[in-house]
Amino acid sequence: MALTHDEAKHQWASSEDALLAIRDLRVEYLTPRGPVRAVDGVSFSIRPGEVLGLAGESGCGKSTVAQAILRILQPPAVITGGRVLFEGKDVLSMSDEQLEQFRWQEVSMVFQSAMNALNPVMTVGDQIVDAILAHEPGMKENKARERAREMLKIVGIEEHRIDSYPHQLSGGMRQRAVIAIALVLNPPLMIMDEPTTALDVVVQKEIMAQIADLKQRLGFSILFITHDMSLLVEISDRIAIMYAGQIVETTAAREIFEEPLHPYTQGLMSSFPSLTGERVKLSGIPGSPPDLISPPAGCRFHPRCPKRMVLCDQAAPALGEARSNHWVACHLYPESRPANTPAAELEPHPQALALRDPERSAS
Amino acid sequence: MNYILRRIGFYLVAAWASLTLNFFLPRLMPGDPGDAIMARMQGRLTPETVDAMRQAYGLSDDPVIVQYLRYLGNLAQGQLGVSISAFPSPVTDIIFQGLVWTVLLGTTATVISFAIGSVLGMTGAWKRGSKVDSVMPPLVIFVGSFPYFWLATVALFYLSFQWGVFPLRHAYNDTLSPAFSLEFLLSVLYHLFLPALTIIVVSIGGWLLGMRNTMISTLAEDYVTMAEAKGLPQRRVMFQYAARNALLPNMTAFGMSLGFILGGALFTEVVFAYPGLGYQLITAVRALDYPLMQGLFLMITFAVLIANLIVDLLYVRMDPRVRAS
Amino acid sequence: MSSNQTLVEADIPVAPVPEERVTSVGKPRRASNFVTLILQNRKAAVGAVILLLFAIMAIFAPVLAPYDPTDYVGRARQAPSSEFWFGTTGSGQDVLSQTIYGARISLGTGLLVGLLTTVLGALVGMSAGYFRGRVDDILSLITNVVLIIPSIPLLIVLAAFLPAGFWTIVAVLTLTGWSWGARVLRSQTLTLREKDFVASAVVSGERSMRIVFREILPNMTSIVVAGMFGAINYAIGAQAGLEFLGLGNPSNISWGTNLYWAQNNAGLLTGAWWTILPSGVCIALVAFSFALINYAIDEVTNPRLRSQRQTVEILKQYDRRMRSSRATPVIRGAVEA
Repeated sequence: MALTHDEAKHQWASSEDALLAIRDLRVEYLTPRGPVRAVDGVSFSIRPGEVLGLAGESGCGKSTVAQAILRILQPPAVITGGRVLFEGKDVLSMSDEQLEQFRWQEVSMVFQSAMNALNPVMTVGDQIVDAILAHEPGMKENKARERAREMLKIVGIEEHRIDSYPHQLSGGMRQRAVIAIALVLNPPLMIMDEPTTALDVVVQKEIMAQIADLKQRLGFSILFITHDMSLLVEISDRIAIMYAGQIVETTAAREIFEEPLHPYTQGLMSSFPSLTGERVKLSGIPGSPPDLISPPAGCRFHPRCPKRMVLCDQAAPALGEARSNHWVACHLYPESRPANTPAAELEPHPQALALRDPERSAS
Repeated sequence: MNYILRRIGFYLVAAWASLTLNFFLPRLMPGDPGDAIMARMQGRLTPETVDAMRQAYGLSDDPVIVQYLRYLGNLAQGQLGVSISAFPSPVTDIIFQGLVWTVLLGTTATVISFAIGSVLGMTGAWKRGSKVDSVMPPLVIFVGSFPYFWLATVALFYLSFQWGVFPLRHAYNDTLSPAFSLEFLLSVLYHLFLPALTIIVVSIGGWLLGMRNTMISTLAEDYVTMAEAKGLPQRRVMFQYAARNALLPNMTAFGMSLGFILGGALFTEVVFAYPGLGYQLITAVRALDYPLMQGLFLMITFAVLIANLIVDLLYVRMDPRVRAS
Repeated sequence: MSSNQTLVEADIPVAPVPEERVTSVGKPRRASNFVTLILQNRKAAVGAVILLLFAIMAIFAPVLAPYDPTDYVGRARQAPSSEFWFGTTGSGQDVLSQTIYGARISLGTGLLVGLLTTVLGALVGMSAGYFRGRVDDILSLITNVVLIIPSIPLLIVLAAFLPAGFWTIVAVLTLTGWSWGARVLRSQTLTLREKDFVASAVVSGERSMRIVFREILPNMTSIVVAGMFGAINYAIGAQAGLEFLGLGNPSNISWGTNLYWAQNNAGLLTGAWWTILPSGVCIALVAFSFALINYAIDEVTNPRLRSQRQTVEILKQYDRRMRSSRATPVIRGAVEA
């Protein structure tokens, strides 16, 4: 069983020309109550120029994955297994010096809240210059400032703002500044961790358009992390859905919107307003994500799943290719189940019936 | 700028409060303050002195409010009255001699203590679980538990009296007279060392713990994580991103603690017979020189207020957010 | 398994992600829980034991002291011997007995002043934080003024003007010592005032007094207690200082007056270190204990400090080397359940 699970993961995630390949990554927070498995065997890869969307509720481990790639997670978080291969080099075995080189030069990151991501006592310009000088020590300071100015212009901030402090900028401008810092070394991969969550809708739209435009022009790859599915469809090539520290479904962006297979993904889909702006009832998913110190046995989603079967709390589903190039970890699909599962195991679980929203099943 | 104006406003209120307190101090004594002081001095005062004193206090048969206004008027002209023990020297003259030494000792000791304490607290928080982080806090708490005067006494006994490494008393060698000569300056430094050291040793713990605390909070901030992600050299992350921000709340605390440390320094001055305001204050108390005592109290208060204002000005330079508002 | 023991050591739920910086808790906490929590901390336990010993010493002074502390029992300035364990003073009293008896006034004043300043500080600070607006403006101004006027010189001058005595010292220390607590409790009250459980109490029409004492105060236990310990330390130190300068009542037996007499009789200059040492060390030990407990309170109630400490404890079990680097540690396979 475990074998098929592992095989499946590697199969879907493997790609020779990957820029970044994550293999069976495990991250745990060591707490006095015991280790919290925030990321439990996650694998995926990103090709040059590709945008991978990583989605899930808050606390599902998606930001942890992002920070683990750069190894900027602070203890009590520790990486307990797996590999993070960037162009074939394993980030997890890099020395401090190699890491300093790797960070920002190869992979940069746009943080969640620009307000908190910018150092309040340094000007925006200095924070850009800092990144340049750290990686190009030979460069003259005024040349670096020139580059910083250009960068600001590219993200649509007036050049004279180079001497502004973060608190002097609006929320949208701060986020643009953070993007400018992330772009300044022209890295092949950018991680964007909820880059627009803290902004209002109009600014959010502008920033997203800007990101799409920059990506078009500069051709970098993006690992785009969000809990907001509506943002993902426009920008992503592929999408991976995370639940409780694991990837439960992954496929092309369009496919996931047209035919979500995992009950969790289906729940996520129904919990965001439609793209055309029409207001739709947000039904969401009942319950809350599990405690990762002792996650539920079998499928981690089973306590909240409206389609739970008898089998679900007994065996963990493997990530299987249920449709062509569409991978899902759910016992509803034979590819995820252990071979020769008796039919009795596939009966609906009595508790699942209670979870079903009468309104929704009627429509 | 607004911020500084508000602070100055506050210091003016505080100054006014201490002036008023000072005015009422002699009136706290039972009966007529003049008579009471007379009685305590047991005839050591000449009628002249008592008159001068009454005048300085604005003591008369006039209503209190008139006395108060007269007192403020005198102060506005820089008159703090006449010393009893060094009659008829004006109190202001005596105080200015002491002020120099207190400012020297106080500034040296607090600045060094703040600097070293902050650096230790900062590195401790940065190097989680290192020796600096695990051994230092309990150690500085222990050393900081000793009373200033006691530690000073013991240091004086062993280092100066028994082993003769440091001078026994005063701010410079008695055979010298103040001049801008190397010899004099060296003598001042030599005399400064031990008193300053005892103040530093006792007060360093507060800064260390305070800085460690705020540094730990700051290290969890996103901008520090982002600085790490940027691949900046560790030193740069530690100083420019973490410590710069962690320092800010401690600077406010620094201002507020100055009065307290100055109080401690005062005991140190007494033990080392270091001729600053504190030493003068105790001498005045022992000689029942009330006008001098009060003048010293006012001067010490003003010194603390001014030091706070300086800290505020520095703070404004350090924190752009305050500068803007 | 030893590693497991450390993991469950403090049995407090800790969120893996950084929490808010506010040190308060969301829902009311029992005072007794708080005490057990604190005492599980080794530093706090050490502090508590030392304090307990001193309390016993003060209470049972007549039983423990070998001589009457005021009696002249031997030759002056005798070094410690089997007859006089801590030697004799410059006028021939027993230093040990004086040290034991000294605990009474020193600790008594400290406790009394600590309580009074805490009550005064809490009243002012909580009123300011709870009523906000004008009341807060005025009370905060007064608090800050009292805070900034240097208290030791004021103490000295006040003590010089007022008739010397125990109650003068208590009054003067209280009047100069309350402002720090008021300031801290004000800002904490302001924070708690915004919390849901206080808002709901206000909406349901409970009386202000009740809200302040039943809803807000119990949530500031750690801060009130820490503030009181700080105040006690301040009082013991300041009182000893005043007495050392001769501004107390020199006929009382306290650690401060012991040191005053030792100094006056040129204790050190004649080499009689035993007259200086015991009282000073006692003051330091008491102050150290309170400070240790306060440090522990901080460690337990401040989520950031708490998780820092726990992280260090846990990481120590794995690899000492990795702590020199700040990059996320990689510990393969070590953390299997």
